[in-house]
Amino acid sequence: MSQINRSAAQLNATVLANKRIGQYHQIVFGIGDLVKSCRPGNFVAIKVGGESSRMILRRAFAISRVSESVSFGGTMELIVAPHGTGSKWLCSQPEGAEVDIVAPLGTAFGIPTAPVNALLVGGGYGSAPLFGLAEVLKARGCKVDMLLGASTGAKIYAPMEGKRAVNSLKIYTEDGTMGETGRVTEPIKTLIDNREIDVIYSCGPMGMLSAISALTAGTDVVHQCAVEEAMACGIGICMTCVLPVMGEDGKIAMLRSCIDGPVMDGGQVQWQMVGQVPEGTP
Amino acid sequence: MADGRPGSGRYTLNTFDFSTTLGNAFFNTPIFTASGCASSGKELAQFFDLRDIGAVVTKSVMNKPRYGRPTPRMAETPSGMLNSIGLQGPGIDAFLAKDVPWLIEQKSRVIVSIAGETVEEYATLARKVRSVAGISALEVNISCPNVENRGLVFACDPDASRRVIDGVRRTIGGEIPIIAKLSPDVTNLPEIARGVVDAGADALALINTVLGMVINLDSMRPHLGGKTGGLSGPAIRPVAVRAIYQVHAALPNVPILGMGGVSSGRDALELILAGASGVSVGTASFGNPSAVIQIQRELHDLLIAKGFPSLKSAIGYAHRVEEE
Repeated sequence: MSQINRSAAQLNATVLANKRIGQYHQIVFGIGDLVKSCRPGNFVAIKVGGESSRMILRRAFAISRVSESVSFGGTMELIVAPHGTGSKWLCSQPEGAEVDIVAPLGTAFGIPTAPVNALLVGGGYGSAPLFGLAEVLKARGCKVDMLLGASTGAKIYAPMEGKRAVNSLKIYTEDGTMGETGRVTEPIKTLIDNREIDVIYSCGPMGMLSAISALTAGTDVVHQCAVEEAMACGIGICMTCVLPVMGEDGKIAMLRSCIDGPVMDGGQVQWQMVGQVPEGTP
Repeated sequence: MADGRPGSGRYTLNTFDFSTTLGNAFFNTPIFTASGCASSGKELAQFFDLRDIGAVVTKSVMNKPRYGRPTPRMAETPSGMLNSIGLQGPGIDAFLAKDVPWLIEQKSRVIVSIAGETVEEYATLARKVRSVAGISALEVNISCPNVENRGLVFACDPDASRRVIDGVRRTIGGEIPIIAKLSPDVTNLPEIARGVVDAGADALALINTVLGMVINLDSMRPHLGGKTGGLSGPAIRPVAVRAIYQVHAALPNVPILGMGGVSSGRDALELILAGASGVSVGTASFGNPSAVIQIQRELHDLLIAKGFPSLKSAIGYAHRVEEE
């Protein structure tokens, strides 16, 4: 059988909870045993708008965390920003509603086999999948520090329970309404120079991911980033979500961020070429 | 059919003949993937058994590997989407060495779709496809809208269309049927269709996407990296039904592989009634990875419910002349 999408299943998931947190919605779905296949970094593709919708494409969301409990079975949590028509529809779904999901999709964050010093960097609600990742890293004995940034305090997502999984958490906002004033990338250079970190895990806007890659370039620090590119299918068949990525053969390939990502090696993504294609043939 | 329910008509799933033919190629069922909407099959294999559908039509492949067009490559539109992929792909040699053997190993029926920039490239592609056993048919995509030069859309020019198909026909011999994929963006589609059939096409694939554009209101420029893109999805289904109906009326003996916005069994039946011998499911798979197999089940049950003894008896049924 094929290896692509090998853990994915399509099912109707029930909304178990949906509450507003700042500018975001925290939505919890019952997905049963599918939680066993979900890893930090994976995403879910959700059909939006209902049966008669004119929206024909699924919407992709990073899985924030999964858990299992006696009362609810396997559950999956998403942090959704109600930006567009599709995400607004999802945020309006009441408890008990059934939603057609395909999950888990895409690559997951690589987990080191030995304890390392990990820095987790989240931009906006890109922080959501990092708390689940922090728990996994912590269980492996890693030191986990977290930096979260956003334009303003209301766009910081940092749940109380998530903070328990990290050794330290620092927040940056551009307008100074929460934490330090400035960009989340500002302290990273010093941390790298002082050899305080071995690996950076990041999730957030492409500009932030690109900036972190520039800081880790030429250093021994590994940068695993979860990219964000517009996708139509989420399962590798539409070829719309491609990014230029350097392969081991020294050639640039246009890789699908849905199946070769969303977690990619930030050092291999050709950030300066996003939105372009290389000259000539691959 | 592994999972059909007996319909309400006289014909049950045991006696109902769901098979179809395109030229001399036989298929157990009339539902296919659409080229460019199933990659090479691996991605969808997680969601249904590829052996259960008529055939996998692979993404149009060119002679050399190709990067395709810059992003953004996609824009959702009301009941549809624009795509501007630009035929990104591995090139025919890698494709035939890796992707086709995998499909054949899965016991899937395979229709290979090819695209070229010149008449000679199509002939080269056909020669390479001919050298591989186990391929059921060759789709010659002469209508991809996402090429740099709209002049390269052979299917908009009757003479260029004929020359491509003629070159492929001479190369491929009579071994596997040639399906010419045409564009609806022409004034006289039956004329183009007649030309490629005269040049040796055994069947026609109707329709490719419709050329469109979206302007981004933030940048106030065309949204897609390639500026224009191909419109697909339910928004274009009436265009497909019209194109199939027109061409079937003009060329009733030429089998048509219909596609364009099919997302349910009733949509598939509409194309079949207009004259399609088989139906490809494309954009619907983006929104629903199980779409192909679900549509196939729905079509099967719907044909039985409508009282058709076979799929073939429904082909072109909308053209019937009522007896007095």
